Amino acid sequence: MSEHGEVNLDELYREVVLDHHRHPRGRHPLPRVDARAHGFNPVCGDEVELAVALDGERIAGVEIQGHGCAICTASGSMMAELVPGRSVGEAEAQVETFRSVMHGGTWPTGSDPGDLEALEGVKHFPVRVKCALLPWVTLRDALRAWRQGHAQAETTSEEEGAP
Amino acid sequence: MLAPSPQASSFDPKVLAAHFPILSRTVHGRRLVYLDNAATTQKPDTVLAALARYYTTLNANVHRGVHTLAEEATAAFEFTRRRVARFVGAPDPRGVIMTRNATEALNLVARSWGERLSVGDEVLLTEMEHHSNLVPWIMLARQRGVALRHVPIDDNGRLNLRVFAQLLSPRTRIVAVTAMSNVLGTINPVAEMAEAARRVGAVVVVDGAQAVPHLQVDFAALGCDFLAFSAHKMYGPTGLGFLVGRPELLEMMQPLYGGGEMIREVRLDYASWNDIPYKFEAGTPNIADAVAFTAALDLLEELGMDAVRRHEVELTGYALERLASLGGLEIHGPRDASERGGLVSFADPQIHPHDLATILDTHGVAVRAGHHCAQPLMRRLGVPATARASFAIYNHRDDVDALVEGLRHARAYFGVGGAAS
Ligand SMILES: Cc1ncc(COP(=O)(O)O)c(C=O)c1O
Repeated sequence: MSEHGEVNLDELYREVVLDHHRHPRGRHPLPRVDARAHGFNPVCGDEVELAVALDGERIAGVEIQGHGCAICTASGSMMAELVPGRSVGEAEAQVETFRSVMHGGTWPTGSDPGDLEALEGVKHFPVRVKCALLPWVTLRDALRAWRQGHAQAETTSEEEGAP
Repeated sequence: MLAPSPQASSFDPKVLAAHFPILSRTVHGRRLVYLDNAATTQKPDTVLAALARYYTTLNANVHRGVHTLAEEATAAFEFTRRRVARFVGAPDPRGVIMTRNATEALNLVARSWGERLSVGDEVLLTEMEHHSNLVPWIMLARQRGVALRHVPIDDNGRLNLRVFAQLLSPRTRIVAVTAMSNVLGTINPVAEMAEAARRVGAVVVVDGAQAVPHLQVDFAALGCDFLAFSAHKMYGPTGLGFLVGRPELLEMMQPLYGGGEMIREVRLDYASWNDIPYKFEAGTPNIADAVAFTAALDLLEELGMDAVRRHEVELTGYALERLASLGGLEIHGPRDASERGGLVSFADPQIHPHDLATILDTHGVAVRAGHHCAQPLMRRLGVPATARASFAIYNHRDDVDALVEGLRHARAYFGVGGAAS
């Protein structure tokens, strides 16, 4: 038990998370945008404006704007760091992995979650899981829209779906 | 029983708190400090006992049996209707319709009275409405092509009454306004607005979900046509709300639901409606919760709504002062506690309300963080969300102190300035 009761805030707000929250990555405008999505959490009003630049099937860059809590902001910042350089398929797989971790799963052996690992504690705060996932499901929908030939997708965290 | 004496002009919130069993539980090892009363209040032991007593001694369906239990259950159910009428100053209990909640009550008016509106007509709302008093009208606008107008708020969170007067016209068929904002706390001059609305022939719908639990609300004196509120925000059970309406208008309205109870005569291809209020109460109603609700009304009547109001003004004033002393918080709504209900919405420019609420929760302090079902108002305030502390009869200064202590901790945690004190 922590100083503050049965839950440990430090598990939710790890130093790495707070650092991403204070200095979010991926805020620079992209020179070119191939896919966009707007993510919204109707429960709390958090919003994510996501733009993705593609180089063929490879993600060249991610820009993420909007406003959200520390968890949502940090998660988006980590995403901006993690996904460039990956293929669309790899990024989509990462969304699914992170979703399953947030819903109680574990990182598959051999996976490289990077800083995202620091968000694992969020799964002990069920009401905050949607905050961590919002940027990722927005990315999923941006990529899906791009595959289908649309330029823009609308996402709400309610459509995140069961694990 | 709960107050020091029936005539007492004030009460001890700590004595009251002892009658709310849930308040003795802990959250994360801390005393529960429940400051989310605008969402729903806790229930006193008298209500819990009344619920158990109903099922152990009285349970039967109402209005449809000749046996003793049915007769007693019906009498208890109808007693609640009369008590509610008395509590809100409605002269005629036939004007009290039992619903599931305030939302259903507002939908009932929008749908049923709304049938009389058509293209060219206007419904006048305000920027501070809860989704419950916005969405039913948006639905009406879509169905019948009526136009929606909105009274803006000023920077102190008060309605701009000059614009209200300008927006009123013979096209205005309905004015629907909240008596108290669930976000800003603003108490609106509903009686004055109703008078102006009546002069142009508009029907006035008052959302009393926040006002009725915390202020003396007198339906007749307000001069409105409909008043909606929920039992669960006034120490009563969930699943019970009320639409109080002027009987003359209710008589003119069509029921929304058909079925048992609401009919007079049914043939295979024909039905005629029961009298009001029954024609709006199709099917078996929420008998147990309605019967138990009288215990909540007993409590409020015993304390007196004037004393309830005084207590909440005092506590809100204290909260405003303590929150201001933290420095750097944005506090929404009127500055003066006497102009607002017992709630305070605030935001720390550097800590998102969600993070604040999570940290407060680890202190046992329950507040609401989010848009409070008022997305248009959030947009008007230019914030994605706020944190809100809302008070009830059992809250005392210690609870405000716990809130402030939690906020200090949150700031220290996030390394936000001013945390050193
Ligand atoms: C001002 C206002 N109106 C309407 C409602 C809806 O009440 P209920 O959810 O009980 O129908 C609420 C409660 O959240 C409210 O604060």
